[in-house]
Amino acid sequence: MPTTASAAPAHGLADVTASDSTLRRFLHGLPGVDAVGLEARAASLGTRSIKTTAKAYALDLAISMVDLTTLEGADTPGKVRALGAKAAHPDPTDRTAPTTAAVCVYPDMVPTAKEAVAGSGVKVASVATAFPAGRASLAVKLADVREAVAAGADEVDMVIDRGAFLAGNYMKVYDEITAVREACGTSARLKVIFETGELSTYDNIRRASWLGMLAGADFIKTSTGKVAVNATPANTLLMLEAVRDFRAQTGVQVGVKPAGGIRTAKDAIKFLVLVNETAGEDWLDNHWFRFGASSLLNDLLMQRQKLATGRYSGPDYVTVD
Amino acid sequence: MAPVFEYAPAPESRAVVDIAPSYGLFIDGEFTEAADGKVFKTVSPSTEEVLSEVAEAGEADVDRAVRAARKAFEKWSALPGAERAKYLFRIARIIQERSRELAVLETLDNGKPIRETRDADLPLVAAHFFYYAGWADKLDHAGYGADPRPLGVAGQVIPWNFPLLMLAWKIAPALATGNTVVLKPAETTPLSALFFADICRQAGLPKGVVNIITGDGRAGAALTAHPDVNKVAFTGSTAVGKEIARTVAGTRKKLTLELGGKGANIVFDDAPIDQAVEGIVSGIFFNQGQVCCAGSRLLVQESIHDELLDSLKRRLSTLRLGDPLDKNTDIGAINSAEQLARITALADQGEAEGAERWSPACELPSTGYWFAPTLFTNVTQAHTVARDEIFGPVLSVLTFRTPDEAVAKANNTPYGLSAGIWTEKGSRILAVANKLRAGVIWSNTFNKFDPTSPFGGYKESGFGREGGRHGLEAYLDV
Repeated sequence: MPTTASAAPAHGLADVTASDSTLRRFLHGLPGVDAVGLEARAASLGTRSIKTTAKAYALDLAISMVDLTTLEGADTPGKVRALGAKAAHPDPTDRTAPTTAAVCVYPDMVPTAKEAVAGSGVKVASVATAFPAGRASLAVKLADVREAVAAGADEVDMVIDRGAFLAGNYMKVYDEITAVREACGTSARLKVIFETGELSTYDNIRRASWLGMLAGADFIKTSTGKVAVNATPANTLLMLEAVRDFRAQTGVQVGVKPAGGIRTAKDAIKFLVLVNETAGEDWLDNHWFRFGASSLLNDLLMQRQKLATGRYSGPDYVTVD
Repeated sequence: MAPVFEYAPAPESRAVVDIAPSYGLFIDGEFTEAADGKVFKTVSPSTEEVLSEVAEAGEADVDRAVRAARKAFEKWSALPGAERAKYLFRIARIIQERSRELAVLETLDNGKPIRETRDADLPLVAAHFFYYAGWADKLDHAGYGADPRPLGVAGQVIPWNFPLLMLAWKIAPALATGNTVVLKPAETTPLSALFFADICRQAGLPKGVVNIITGDGRAGAALTAHPDVNKVAFTGSTAVGKEIARTVAGTRKKLTLELGGKGANIVFDDAPIDQAVEGIVSGIFFNQGQVCCAGSRLLVQESIHDELLDSLKRRLSTLRLGDPLDKNTDIGAINSAEQLARITALADQGEAEGAERWSPACELPSTGYWFAPTLFTNVTQAHTVARDEIFGPVLSVLTFRTPDEAVAKANNTPYGLSAGIWTEKGSRILAVANKLRAGVIWSNTFNKFDPTSPFGGYKESGFGREGGRHGLEAYLDV
């Protein structure tokens, strides 16, 4: 299995980041994206019919890829503990259900979350870097990251400075990511959130994907879940193409995390089809692919119960949080 | 260990379609046996299972069908356009209602994947009837003068690659303009046309307006040669098209021919690569490449040749070949043993001439007619696989260095039906498209069809246009 990039970007593209202009030239030299074609491809993969054994496999795989998330101003230790318990035992009626990949919380909740999932194998991810706006000084962002990592966060989800990106200041974005990567040290993996809805064009999403990977991201992630347009099949397909191409060029494998708006098992399975047929089966594993979702898990569990029993149970047969 | 995500089989149910053990000819609103009682079998290309027995029309039957159409013409052409439109709308709606049944039937009889019949063929079939229904009462405004008149009896011969869609392309404009029709579907795919005959009855279409005669090339030849046919429309091979042109020459019959092609798909170095790869795949592997406008010649700018080929090969490795009724199948069966033999022979010749052959690892089913998706690289204009229409899932890859060279190579073919241009530069799309001698030019897409868009060829790809306002002209006395 290819390894994740270490703190220092270890790929053959060092020249690209030598200066502002080389970075810009490289990003703008990436192949364009035809929006109509991209969306048509995503839609056609969405018509794959996944049934019986393949569906059972896909449901369990999807559950194991969920980053169970609570990112509210109203989060309390009680809420986070409940989330942790659910991540460790998603289905109280069926202990064969896999655990989720991680719980995802704000930095101040990391200690509580660590305690809640202790011994379960569930990771703790934290949205550091002045999530979700990212409008803070680099010093504040780095402090946010260090606090989360010191508290034991296994993963850090950072937001990029979309303003700098849209202004064409790619080097600033690059420098911030590398700084955060460094602050994560060797203990935490870094997910870089682009907020694709704000980047707006597919060309921008492809450039952001490469920028993030050049700067050492372990994961590239669509969005915060806090804007109107979050993960879509098309933008996830595009990012899967980017990680596939990046590995082909550098040998470094990077994960992908669509987040926000994926609510049903049916949708989740469509995303798995995208992974399977775009990046390939090397990414069909929660080390390389995640779902940033909170309500998705219950639908996956209900579908799982349906497969096991032949009947739909209903929302009272899965836990509310 | 790498995980395995194998899609379980997801076959569409055959129970939605009820195929009778035998079918007659549809003449004057009734199913009748052939005068000499001859029949032939139609088989499912994916299993070689015999689906049904179909009457084989002889000259007497063709004559009977033409006479029925002639008799019906008087009343049908006299109907106000809005009345004819009602029938066409009704047919379109019935097609929509029965689309699942027709999609399964077409897949059984033709061998193409259900996802194509379900997602491409049937929606387009209905759309063509809807579109021409809309024209039926507006012919005065079509640009062919006030009150343009129909021609009379149209003799139509269609191929086996899109049996129902080609029927729609032919019958919808003919009826909208007030003509009556005798249509001969291809020998290997007669069933959907016979189901369409049933739809005509269901829609209450007056007797004799649409007649369907099944049979082989002899029935087609008798139909096109019949002295009382006013208009001949043919889609099929160039060789047969030439024969028909000879037959029709010197008569007063109007003729349109939609024949073979060897479409160039031109990929410039600034193309959206991932979408271009998809376009190349749909350009040549849609309907197993059995498409007259297939993008069977890939012209790649030399500077991106290796990169594009890597992407393309990786993509081909994900194509799923097998049971066409499985909803996850991308590549179905070749339509007939004869066609498979032709594809095999041409591919072998490509190899013998020194082109480099490549196919993804893929297991072919043991029964039925199958051909693995195939690429030929190191192909030049001098290779047979770059010149002859293969009509199968075989792509020839050539290179070019400049836009002028791309245009020169694209046009260097006896055919001129379709072409594709892939570039992010809008001005280049227009500049190159203007120089290509092809009836349909797609940019940053391929094999997209719409009833409003005229379709037809240059040179040996035929003449006349189907679809759109232009498609009316072929059925009007203008």
